[in-house]
Amino acid sequence: MDKQYMIIDGIEVTIEGERNVLELARKAGIDIPAFCYDPELSIYGACRMCMVENERGSLEASCSMLPKAGAVIKTNTAKLRKYRKMILELLLANHCRDCTICPKSGNCKLQEFAYKFNITDVRFPNNSCQLGSQDKSSVSIVRDSSKCILCGKCVRMCAEVQNVGAIDYAYRGSKKKIATAFDGPIANSPCVGCGQCAAVCPVGAIVVKDDADKVWDAIGDKNTYVDVQVAPAVRVALGKELGLEEGTPLMGKLVTALKEVGFDAVYDTSFGADMTVLEEANEFVGRLSGNGKLPMFTSCCPAWIRFAENKYPEFLSNISTCRSPMQMFAPVLKEAYKGDKKHVHVAIMPCTAKKFEGKRDEFKDKDGNPYVDYVLTTQEVIRMIKEAGIDFKALEDSACDNPFEEITGAGVIFGVTGGVTEAVLRYASSDKSEKALEEITYTGVRGFEGVKEATVKIGDKDVKIAVVSGLNNTSVLLDKIKSGDVYYDLVEVMSCPGGCVNGGGQPQAEREARHYRADGLYKADGVEVKKSSEQNTAVVKLLASMDEHKKHEILHVHYKGNK
Amino acid sequence: MDKNTCMVEVARFFMDFTQNESCGKCVPCREGTKRMLEILNRIVEGKGKDGDIELLEELGEAISKTALCGLGKTAAGPVLSTIKYFRNEYEAHIYEKRCPANACAKLKKYVIDPELCKGCSKCARNCPVNAISGEIKKPFTIDQDKCIKCGACVSNCAFKAIKEA
Ligand code: SF4
Ligand code: SF4
Ligand code: SF4
Ligand code: SF4
Ligand code: SF4
Repeated sequence: MDKQYMIIDGIEVTIEGERNVLELARKAGIDIPAFCYDPELSIYGACRMCMVENERGSLEASCSMLPKAGAVIKTNTAKLRKYRKMILELLLANHCRDCTICPKSGNCKLQEFAYKFNITDVRFPNNSCQLGSQDKSSVSIVRDSSKCILCGKCVRMCAEVQNVGAIDYAYRGSKKKIATAFDGPIANSPCVGCGQCAAVCPVGAIVVKDDADKVWDAIGDKNTYVDVQVAPAVRVALGKELGLEEGTPLMGKLVTALKEVGFDAVYDTSFGADMTVLEEANEFVGRLSGNGKLPMFTSCCPAWIRFAENKYPEFLSNISTCRSPMQMFAPVLKEAYKGDKKHVHVAIMPCTAKKFEGKRDEFKDKDGNPYVDYVLTTQEVIRMIKEAGIDFKALEDSACDNPFEEITGAGVIFGVTGGVTEAVLRYASSDKSEKALEEITYTGVRGFEGVKEATVKIGDKDVKIAVVSGLNNTSVLLDKIKSGDVYYDLVEVMSCPGGCVNGGGQPQAEREARHYRADGLYKADGVEVKKSSEQNTAVVKLLASMDEHKKHEILHVHYKGNK
Repeated sequence: MDKNTCMVEVARFFMDFTQNESCGKCVPCREGTKRMLEILNRIVEGKGKDGDIELLEELGEAISKTALCGLGKTAAGPVLSTIKYFRNEYEAHIYEKRCPANACAKLKKYVIDPELCKGCSKCARNCPVNAISGEIKKPFTIDQDKCIKCGACVSNCAFKAIKEA
């Protein structure tokens, strides 16, 4: 068949199964403006910014228009500009435009478009800044209805990708808004805190809850010792915001920056991840030989834990009792500090749900103090580095602090979907040659597909593994497991599509950027000499020093559930 | 519809209806019809401003061309066609603060015809806001700034001396 193409702004663009004209145009390098379109969500067609004009002068929304061979369209005409400006003016008229004190300033689509389309005057009265427009009830996210442009991305994300449905449209016409059931605080909804709504919100209507002030206070107090652990996915998501390339692994510079910010010691959560791998692999082997239920689900994603508690309590006993790397490492660090100052432990995570995990009762010591005092997301740390006036680009690399500086590649790849599984397989494989490790990467655990499957031999047993990311994918899989349609021994679950590299606490990014981040983690893995968790001698020694009771106390957790 | 029908009010009425019917999904219909109604409301209340007719036209065109569904695409129709055929009525409301059809309550003006007024003071006694004053047996007058256009004086005048203007 001949190639089929469409003519967009005079450019012949080959049609290759694009879902709409908007994607087709973007492929040709023409960025049609849009608020409500997201390639990973269903098409909504509400903002009307993406309209294009055909030869007869009539208009159509390009997000809802199928590519048609031979069709001729224009994306930037006088008429289109006029209407886009009107749409922007209307949105701005009903928007609390206090950009200078808005957490989204600088990363906001509305602000960006208002500037690009040169909107210098709004001719309608505006009384949209209202007290009480914010919902700060969640420890993970903050919602502000006075900033919402009703693009519906959050609703679609929460329902379609996460199958949570914590938020939906309420009321009609100009009273329309985004609300929880009965319009109550989000903390009382089934929200799992994944932050994916914030990751797609084009404006400041859903943002990450910021806890940086509390950390600044701790750092500023000379009677407090503040140490910090940094999750794998953080190091590959800082670059763009700090003047470097998206996806570059930047742990060395980050350690230096955190020291300059004022942290007393910096550690790598990859150390905790190696602990998790060894402990979880042992648990898995135990379960395989009859000690506990199969399939075993991984347990390091707190949004997944909360989702299971809410929607699939019948599977709770299938979830590994191993704590997440953050929560294995934290008590170890708390114990390791022998000074006489007050000890505050901070964790930097790609994740908004970790803020919630940090506050769970299960992760408090005997006196009721949390092991992790504050969880900051990548976004918050980027801002702290900027606030401190640090020229990040120019920083030298530093190593993490003793005695926990030893890490392996296995711990680093935790940050991407399939990484936990790959780490466990590296450990379980008796052959550690480069070739054997490479073979593991071809079992099918890598890649961004929502559900991946692999069968691997462990000992003489064929072990069936599934790797799933996104809670809707997870639900579909769980339902199949329940009905007996599929069987697995081990299931890795990450709530965020693609894993923690795309966590709700990471700087907002387009689809391509997410791939760079995953590549960055594999690159960081590549430079580690030690690839498998049991090669981390410090971890092995640490685990060997703990008796069963101790292990149970600080490495495992039994979720009480929230019902 | 006849000469007592105010075309601006007709347009406002339709816009009020569409506003209630709008589902609120797309920006032009949700936000645009709200703004058109806001402008029409101020025009019939005598608070219309220079530029309002043009702004209505601009909004109407944008909504008609960009709204998602039939409701939105037709929402501005009554406003645009009344502006087209009865622009002078809009102008009278805005620039002269006058409703040519005498239908817009807030734009009504009551005056006492000095030829017919016997100076009985009944109207003044019945005015709830004391907007009418005068000397007995001489023509009374209405203070337009105080008058709230309730019309009580008209029905109280035995000599039909008070008229809408
Ligand atoms: S959401 Fe965007 S446009 Fe609105 S106040 Fe914040 S930065 Fe400004
Ligand atoms: S944080 Fe996740 S679960 Fe909660 S509302 Fe947002 S998308 Fe839904
Ligand atoms: S909260 Fe954000 S994502 Fe949700 S509808 Fe409003 S603007 Fe869109
Ligand atoms: S996938 Fe990672 S970033 Fe996302 S909720 Fe789970 S732990 Fe957090
Ligand atoms: S219309 Fe009402 S307020 Fe005006 S003069 Fe008559 S009675 Fe008084």
